[in-house]
Amino acid sequence: MHAVFSPRTGRVAAVLALSLATALSAAACGAKEEAPTTPAGVAADKATSLADFGGMDALVAAAKKEGQLNVITLPPDWANYGEIIETFSKKYGIKVNSDNPDGSSSDEITAVKTLKGQDRAPDVLDLGVAFAISGAQEGLFAPYKVAAWDKIPAAQKDAEGRWFNDYGGYVSIGCDAKRIAVCPQTFADLKKPEYKGKVALNGNPTKSGSAIAAVYAAALANGGSFDDIQPGIDFFAALHKSGNFIPVESTPATVEKGETPISLDWDYLNAGYAKQFAAKGLDWKVAIPADGRYANFYSQAINLDAPHPAAARLWEEFLYSAEGQNLWLKGFARPVLLPTMTTDGSAQADLVAALPEVDGEPSFPTPAQNDKAKADLVANWAKALAG
Amino acid sequence: MPTVATTVSPPVPDAAPTASGRAGARRSRRGSPILAALPLLAFVAVFFGLPMLAVLIGAVTATEHATGTTTFTADNLTRSVQGAYLDALTSSIKLSLVTAALGVVLGTLLAQAVVASRLPGLRNLVVTASGVLANFGGVPLAFAFIATLGISGVMTELLHLTEAGWSLYTPAGLAVVYLYFLIPLMVLVIAPALDGLRPQWREAAANCGATGWQFWRLIGLPVLGPSLLGGFVLLFGTAFAAYATAAAMVGSVLPLVTLQIADALGGNVLIGQEGVASALALDMVVVAALVMAIYLPLQRRSARWLR
Repeated sequence: MHAVFSPRTGRVAAVLALSLATALSAAACGAKEEAPTTPAGVAADKATSLADFGGMDALVAAAKKEGQLNVITLPPDWANYGEIIETFSKKYGIKVNSDNPDGSSSDEITAVKTLKGQDRAPDVLDLGVAFAISGAQEGLFAPYKVAAWDKIPAAQKDAEGRWFNDYGGYVSIGCDAKRIAVCPQTFADLKKPEYKGKVALNGNPTKSGSAIAAVYAAALANGGSFDDIQPGIDFFAALHKSGNFIPVESTPATVEKGETPISLDWDYLNAGYAKQFAAKGLDWKVAIPADGRYANFYSQAINLDAPHPAAARLWEEFLYSAEGQNLWLKGFARPVLLPTMTTDGSAQADLVAALPEVDGEPSFPTPAQNDKAKADLVANWAKALAG
Repeated sequence: MPTVATTVSPPVPDAAPTASGRAGARRSRRGSPILAALPLLAFVAVFFGLPMLAVLIGAVTATEHATGTTTFTADNLTRSVQGAYLDALTSSIKLSLVTAALGVVLGTLLAQAVVASRLPGLRNLVVTASGVLANFGGVPLAFAFIATLGISGVMTELLHLTEAGWSLYTPAGLAVVYLYFLIPLMVLVIAPALDGLRPQWREAAANCGATGWQFWRLIGLPVLGPSLLGGFVLLFGTAFAAYATAAAMVGSVLPLVTLQIADALGGNVLIGQEGVASALALDMVVVAALVMAIYLPLQRRSARWLR
C-alpha cells in the first residue's frame, strides 16, 4: 500500500494492479463451476444424447443436483409456456429462472454472447429458425439429440443436433365477432370497405417474426411465392391506402379495448387469446386464411456454455416427451412431433380437435428464400407504406 | 439524447501568487479542483465515453460470422445513410424539428399565461404537473392516446373525430402525442426565465410609450432568446430520441431512426445488423452535434443581452 502514496510513477502501476486485482476477483465470483462428469464418464456439458448420461434417471439426478434452469424470452401466455415451466419445475424439483419473457430471438443471441461464462446465462433457447441457423454457424450451441430425435422430420433439424424445431403454427386472422358483423376468412376479404380502420398486425414486419410472416402469407395469397414477398408488401400498402390497415401494434390490451378488432397473428396466439378473452366477454374468432397459408416453426437450442448443462438437456427431453408436446398442444401450438403422435395415438385428441382448422401439410421457404424475403421487406416496406 | 441545454462552467481557481513559493501548497491547490471533478469525469467516462466508444467501434467494424475475424469497414456507415435508413433519418429530423418548434411556442405561451396570472398556487400546480407529464412516455402513453383518441377511442367516438378527418396513426397524430410531453418540458425550462422578466421593465417600456408587441419584440424575446434556444435544443433531442411511443403506435408505417436501430439490434427479423445499428446511432450523434454546433454560437450571440 505504501507505493500508492509515493510520488513516483510506480504508483500508477500500483493503482492499475489494484484495480485489475479487484476486477479479477469480481469476475471470479460470477464464473461457473466445472461441469461434473456423468456416471457414463462424459462431462454433462459435452453430453450429446441420453446415452451419454447413462439413461433418464441419471440425467434427472444430474439435473436435480444443479437445481436450476435459466430460460429466456418465454412469455407465460405464449404457446402455454407458463404451464410448461411450472410442470417441469414441479416434476423435477428444479427452479426455473425465466429471464426477459417478452424479448426477441436476437435478445437471446445477445444474452448468450454477453453473459458467456456467467451463471445467469441462458441454458436453453427458443429461437426463430434463421437465428438458430446463424447461431449454430457462430458455434454458440451445444449439439444434443433428444430421445425422440429420429421422429423429428429431417428438414426440421440440424443434422448435428445444434438446433431442432419445436412447435409452430399458421398465420391466422383473429376477429372480434361482437364488433365485426362478418369475420374475414381470407386475405381477399380484408380488402373489403367494411373493414376500414380495423386490420392490425401484432408488430412491425421489419422487427416482429409474426408480422413478417403475415406479409409472407399475404404474398402467397396475391400471386407471390416463397421467392417473391413483394405482392405481400403491395397488399399491405394498398390496405394502408384504403385505410383498412392501421399501424398500431395489436396487443391483448388493444384487442380488449376494441381498437384492433381484426389482428393477424400466429394461430396459437390468436387461439390462446380466444380462451383468455372469453372470460372477459369477448368472442374472438380465429381463421386460417385458405388463400395465404403460411406456417412457421421455432427451434430449440442448448447454449454451448450453459451454466446448468444437465438441467438444459433434461428440459429438452421433457419438451420432446409426449407430456411436453401435449402441453404445447394445449397452448394451441402445433408441436413438431404432432404427426407421429397422431399416428401412434399419444397426442391428446381433445387438444388436437381444438386447433384452428387447416387442410393439407405445411411447406416452408428455404433459409435462402427466407433471407431474400427479409432483405426485400426491409428495403421496401417503409417506402411502400409511407404516406 | 445527451443534449444538455445548460452550460456548466468548470471551477477555475486563480493561482494565488503567495503560494507559488511552496511546492506542497501549490500542488494541493492545483490538484483539488481536478480531484473534485473526478467523480463527474469518471461518471461521464463510464456512462458516456465507453458507450460512445462501443458505438464508434461497432459502426466501423464488421465481424465475419464463420471465421470470427473483425475488419474495419465503411460499409455500415454508407448503408446507414442510404435508402430506407436515410428516409428514417430525414423523417426523424423532420418530426423532431416540427414538434420541437410547436413545443417551444405552445410551452412558452402556456408558461407565460401561468406566470402572468400571478397565482402562486396555479404556478406550483402547473410546474409540478409539468414535471410529471414531461416524464410520461413509452407504451403507457401510447395506449392512453389509443384509448382516448384512437379509432375507437372515447373522445373520437364522442366528438365524431374520424368524420372530421382525424387519425391518430399519422405523423400528425404522433406529433400530438409528442407534444403531450414536450409542452410540459418547455414549461419547466422556460418558467424560471419568464420569472426573470421583471415587471418594472414592462412598466418602464409602457412609460416610454411602447406597445405590448414592441415590448416583446425589443425587450422580452431578446432577453428570453437563450432560454428559448436552449429549450428548442432540449425538445429536439427529446423528440429525436423518443422510441417506445412511436413503436407502439405507428411503428410499421412511419420510419424513424430509433425504430430502425431497434429493428437492427433487437428484432426477430434482421440478423447480424448490429453494425448498421451502431452506424445509425453514430448518425444520431452527428445530428445532435450539428444541432449543438448551430445552437452554441446563436446562444452566445443572443446571451450578450444578459451580460
